[in-house]
Formats: sequence, C-alpha cells, structure tokens
Amino acid sequence: MSESRLLLDAEGIEKTIRRIVEELASFVGKPDGVVVIGIRSHGVTLAERIHKMFALEYEWDLPLGILDTTMYRDDLAQLERQPPIRSTQLDFDVTDRLVVLVDDVISTGRTARCALDAIMDFGRPRAIRLVALVDRGLRELPIQPNITGIAVDTTHEQRVQVCLRESDSEDGVWLHPTPDSPSR
Amino acid sequence: MRVATETKTAAERLVQRKHLLGLEEMTKEEILLILDTAKSFKEIFTRSVKKVPTLRGKTVVNLFFENSTRTRTSFEIAAKRLSADVVNFSVSTSSVTKGETLLDTARTIEAMGADFIVMRHGTSGAPWFLSRRNRAAVINAGDGTHEHPTQGLLDAYTILEHKKRFEGLKVVILGDISHSRVARSNIWALTKLGAQVTICGPRTLIPSSFADYGVRVSYDLKEAISDADVINLLRIQLERQQRNLFPSIREYRLLYQINEQRLAMAKPDVLIMHPGPINRGVEISQEVADGPHSVILEQVTNGVAVRMAVLYLLAGSRGLDEAEED
Repeated sequence: MSESRLLLDAEGIEKTIRRIVEELASFVGKPDGVVVIGIRSHGVTLAERIHKMFALEYEWDLPLGILDTTMYRDDLAQLERQPPIRSTQLDFDVTDRLVVLVDDVISTGRTARCALDAIMDFGRPRAIRLVALVDRGLRELPIQPNITGIAVDTTHEQRVQVCLRESDSEDGVWLHPTPDSPSR
Repeated sequence: MRVATETKTAAERLVQRKHLLGLEEMTKEEILLILDTAKSFKEIFTRSVKKVPTLRGKTVVNLFFENSTRTRTSFEIAAKRLSADVVNFSVSTSSVTKGETLLDTARTIEAMGADFIVMRHGTSGAPWFLSRRNRAAVINAGDGTHEHPTQGLLDAYTILEHKKRFEGLKVVILGDISHSRVARSNIWALTKLGAQVTICGPRTLIPSSFADYGVRVSYDLKEAISDADVINLLRIQLERQQRNLFPSIREYRLLYQINEQRLAMAKPDVLIMHPGPINRGVEISQEVADGPHSVILEQVTNGVAVRMAVLYLLAGSRGLDEAEED
C-alpha cells in the first residue's frame, strides 16, 4: 500500500497563491471591473487569500463574493439525501464584470459547470476566468481552468485533501491512496 | 462541530420522513434546518434570474379541496422557481364533484407521475390518509382545523429574521384559535423553538384543551400584549359568525382589534403578523396593517422561500417502494 503524499506544504501553498495572483494580475491587466468569487467551501478561503494578496501587493481592492453551487448540481435526482444548501453572497452586479472564479480542486469539472450556470443567473459577466489550486485530472466535462496552481495525475481511488488553516489545523495539500484514508 | 452533527441528524430524519404533514411530529432541529435552507433560497429572489434548476424534471401537483389562492400560488411560485413542473388540480373543476373518492383521485394523480402532492383538505388528517397510500411526497397545505405546517414555518422564519432568536421571545396569537390550523402549527413550532406563546381571544374561540399545549391562555388583550415581542393575528372568519361564537363583529372589534391605540400598549418594537387574507377594520385597523410594525407582506415573500426549502429537502427522499395498504 502506498502512503499519503504531501503535494504542497504551507510554504508551497503560499508560493502557489502568490504565483496565481501574479499571473492573474498580468492576465487581467488592471483592476477595473474585476471581481473575485470563491466556490464553497475551500474555494472561498482561497478567494479570500487571493483578494487579500491583491490588496497588499497591488493595492487592488476587488469585490469578493461567495458562491454555493448545490442548487445547480446535476446529481440531485440521484441522491437519496439532499445536501445542505448554504448561502450565496454576491453583493455586486456581475454584469460586464470580469469574474475570477476560484476553487480549491478541479476534477470532473461538474462543480465549475454549476458555478458558471449560477453566475450567469446573476447577470452577464464580460468574462469568467477559472482558477484552481489543484488540478487532479479525471475531467468529465470539457472545462479547463485558466490558471492552475499545481497539476497532478490521480486515479478515482485516490483522494486529494486541501487543508487551509482558516478551517483546518494547518495548510497542506495531500494525496491519499484511498477515498477513506484517514485525514491528516 | 456539535452544531454540524445536529444539523446532519436533522437532515437525515427529514429525508426519512418523506412527507411534511404537521409540525407536531417534527423536532426543533428539523424545523431549524428548514428555516436555514429557506434563507439560502430567499437569496434567489434578488437575482436577475429568479429560478434555479434544482428540481428540474420533478412534478408538483397542487391538490386543493378547499379554495385558496395565496397558498396555492405560493407553492406554485416556489415549485416554478425550482424548475419543477406544476399542475393545479382544484376540486370545483375535477371529478371529485362527480363522486370520486379522495383515494381514487390521489391514485389517478400518482399514476400521472407526480413526485409531490401539495394538499389542502377540509378534513383534519386527510394528508396522513393520503401519505400512507401514495408514493408521492405529500405536503400538507392545511387540513381542517388541524395544521398548516408551511404557514407555521414561514411565521417562524419571519420572526427569526426580525428578532434573531426564539429563546424567551414572547409571542401572542390572537383571535379565533379554535378554528385555526395556523394557530396550532404556530404553537407547535414556536414552543419547540423556545418561544413563550400566549393565546388570546374571546372564550368561545379558545378551546380549553389548549392549556395542555404548553401555552398561556389569556382573555384580556391588554394584559396579553403588554410585554409581547410578536403579535400574530388570525383572521376572524366572518363566515363562521353565523354560528354566534361571539356577539358581533362590532364587539370583537371593540375588545380585540389591534389598532394604533392598542399598539401603543405593546413594546415599541413589536412585530405585527397576519397569515392573510386580512379583514381590514375587523381584527386589524387600516393604520396598523399598513404601519411600520406590520410584516404581513414579508410573510408572503418568506412563504415562497420556506416552501422552496420544504420541496428541496423532501425531494431527496425515495418514494415508498410499495404504497402501504391498510
């Protein structure tokens, strides 16, 4: 049996977020009309860090939003139990904005699809850019992030765990050999 | 952590429940889960597209054996905002008038593939009867004088939104208690949630059994409302006045109408609620109905959100493998 592998430690996460922010800054050019939206739950924490780094390093004070994609899931009819729905907080109009959409892990692409549909229901953004800290492959829909922190090939049996100090004990990205491997 | 565990348990219980029949049988945690979910759905109302694909492909049948425009419309809007298909099956135009039994009507609707039956019926307990013989999820939209659970939930939601708590909150339910399913559902919900409920009205409209429900009974309006945080008014059902349960509308108005003078006896931040339709000038004066304490229209808005939450939470349940027969 293989063991759990640390893909990113706290410093690695910090550096990766810094690189993502640099790439985003050169990608979007100027802060006008840029908004950052995090997908619940870990995408929100990452979006907050990206937002904070933009403020500190670039003096860009970007509007920050939270998106819960549960209502848009395509598997609700198959589930026996309805997942809890948490709040979506977009206190700004997305129409004509450049939306930076942030999630921690992209895999099948289905969550991103939910998020794209949800944002469209709020208005008509100028563009949406997708950012993921980890791309673990296994895509089921033709959706690619514009900016990726790290890319790692995984199998369905493996589990990618993103720990962020805001909600977990420490920062770290782990690859576990089985879906039910004990969390770090 | 503890909160999360409790919520999960409540969610599991609700899913196992399959139907929403009454609040008497529900736990505090289940009620809070519905209110919490409703909050997320209410946010949709502010979007440019007020519709989500959550219940796409599901069919909701409104089966109303009593007239109701507001409750039926509220369920219809709730279902449509969740992308479900809605069919209204109302009694006056249906074969019920041709002598079909409730069971046959329900089976017919089931055979058409309904996932939800939203039912209003003049007989207390009718939704229970239906739920035991039907695969669809049954939602009670008012049965006789028994329960009106979604009204109880939307009232609780409205109170929570304004007062931020239930514990120790003083709520007065005023009016025709004995004929009111709204009163019963409110009492179940609010007492479970920790509020102190007082029922008030003429003696002929308050059944003696209500003292067993854990509520305080008062026949003196002034005493009842003096420290109330919320006054929930019930409609005086003018059609019942023929049965002489109180001497006259005029006397009721003199003794129990909430008007500006009476409002001044209550707390300055008292909330005035009413399930509608209101009889202006009977149980509530024009000024109070339209005044700053009134949240009557907010209740209507919240009703849609609460019904969306109920439809969503019940949608995860599997129908009975085989409808049970007695």
